[in-house]
Amino acid sequence: MPIKVRIPTPLQKLTQNKPEVDVTAKNVKELLDGLERQYPGIKDRLCDEAGRLRRFVNIYLNEEDIRFLKQESTPLKDGDEVSIVPAIAGG
Amino acid sequence: MIMSYVKGLKCRECGRGYPKQAIYVCEYCFGSLEVDYDYEKIKKALSRKKIAGGPKSLWRYRELLPLDNEPTVGLSSGFTPFFRAKNLARSLGVEELYIKDDSASHPTWSFKDRVVSVALSKACELGFDTVSCASTGNLANAVAAHAAQAGFKCFIFIPSGLERAKIIASLAYGAKLVAVEGNYDDVNRLCSEIAARYPWAFVNINIRPYYAEGSKTFGFEVAEQMGWRTPDHVVIPAASGSLLTKIWKAFKEFEKLGLLEKPVRSKLHCAQPDGCSPIAKAILEKAEVIRPEKPNTIAKSLAIGNPADGYYARDAVFESGGSAARVSDEEIREGIKLLAQTEGIFTETAGGVTLASLKKLIQEGKIGKKESIVLAITGNGLKTQEAIQETVGAPIAIEANVTSFEERVMGGYNVKPNVIASPPKAGEAISERRLLRRPPSVDSSQ
Repeated sequence: MPIKVRIPTPLQKLTQNKPEVDVTAKNVKELLDGLERQYPGIKDRLCDEAGRLRRFVNIYLNEEDIRFLKQESTPLKDGDEVSIVPAIAGG
Repeated sequence: MIMSYVKGLKCRECGRGYPKQAIYVCEYCFGSLEVDYDYEKIKKALSRKKIAGGPKSLWRYRELLPLDNEPTVGLSSGFTPFFRAKNLARSLGVEELYIKDDSASHPTWSFKDRVVSVALSKACELGFDTVSCASTGNLANAVAAHAAQAGFKCFIFIPSGLERAKIIASLAYGAKLVAVEGNYDDVNRLCSEIAARYPWAFVNINIRPYYAEGSKTFGFEVAEQMGWRTPDHVVIPAASGSLLTKIWKAFKEFEKLGLLEKPVRSKLHCAQPDGCSPIAKAILEKAEVIRPEKPNTIAKSLAIGNPADGYYARDAVFESGGSAARVSDEEIREGIKLLAQTEGIFTETAGGVTLASLKKLIQEGKIGKKESIVLAITGNGLKTQEAIQETVGAPIAIEANVTSFEERVMGGYNVKPNVIASPPKAGEAISERRLLRRPPSVDSSQ
């Protein structure tokens, strides 16, 4: 099931400058692993040493923050759109 | 002569250095980029005398602001009134209370004039022709106004359902105003994505490291206006948490540069509404993680459920030994009225949150009655009239004759006309004067 993932500017060097990529995954955790397979090194930027999402990374599924859903276990389905957005903005 | 005291940008998390560009996030750890100053050079250039002799604006602290050239935008912003609030102090049972009043800020009546003056001066340096922001309203007004004056094209993004006055003012300044279906956090997320597609200066996204430094001037002014010292307590409203973080930074910078009489002992307190208090909750619960919220509060200028500087604000509060308070919509309305009726300052909902929080912190014993306190009033009540319009009563409608006045206004008011007409005597207690001047019907809402 391909999921469309929007990549923030600071990570686009790792995705050959592509602002959007397709990844096949059943949930957010698989999506992060899938991204890493396609674009090695990207998971290190998004997750800390323990494999948890860094606190300044926000992930949205179809515009909803996954922290209001099931965090990294949030299920994904065909046609879903995921945005990775730096948390340091606004206010 | 070009005088720059900025070495570059630096990640607040991992310390990696970056050039002075329109970037805001560390490529490696997503940490916040901060301005890296040459404090040795600043120490040589800056003194109390130099500051005191500077312009009566936030630019008197130019050496501690992130520009390479002279400022070009917001030359009259900042240096707002600071005064001792004796009536309010008496009402709250404390001795030494001061108000720093950015409801009088030039030109758009909120502390956002400070950050925007810095952000747009920087945008000018960096060569942008278009400025933008995600805003809960006060920033919208400030960006729109300063952009108009400085000749930038301007796109402003706000959540739908903002207060009418904030919308109308932004439109009057000629900005392209975009109302996004959703709350501020939706607007912010959308803007982060738009910022990646358009070569604009988004003041609180890609210009944010520079923009946020403008908030320090609130703290610098408090310290200077108190006579080069900092108070025992500062109560500060929090949305993203940036203002609180930067007031702390301001105090510490002044201390580091030897500009203060005594070391900083100030405790900073975070004020948030019940309906949106992710930072205050994390402080009160001593939580590791700041949990985002879906805001539901009349304090729309504080309705950020996913605060960018939440962690830094929490850390600043803990480092200072301060605390936090959460207050209800009802307490916010009472706070607005109390400030208006004791000090003659009509503040917006965020000010109501701050005052209600101060009251709570005093009641809880977190702020001592004999300690010096500064209340950070950051915005103007004329912008958020909807929040209290149902609770301030209505004018008494009369016909244009004395009989109608006496019937409808003075009816049942047990004071003789000649007493009303006489001017107050010198030395007469203010409370007695008020009794004479204010008909009881005006108080009916209390």
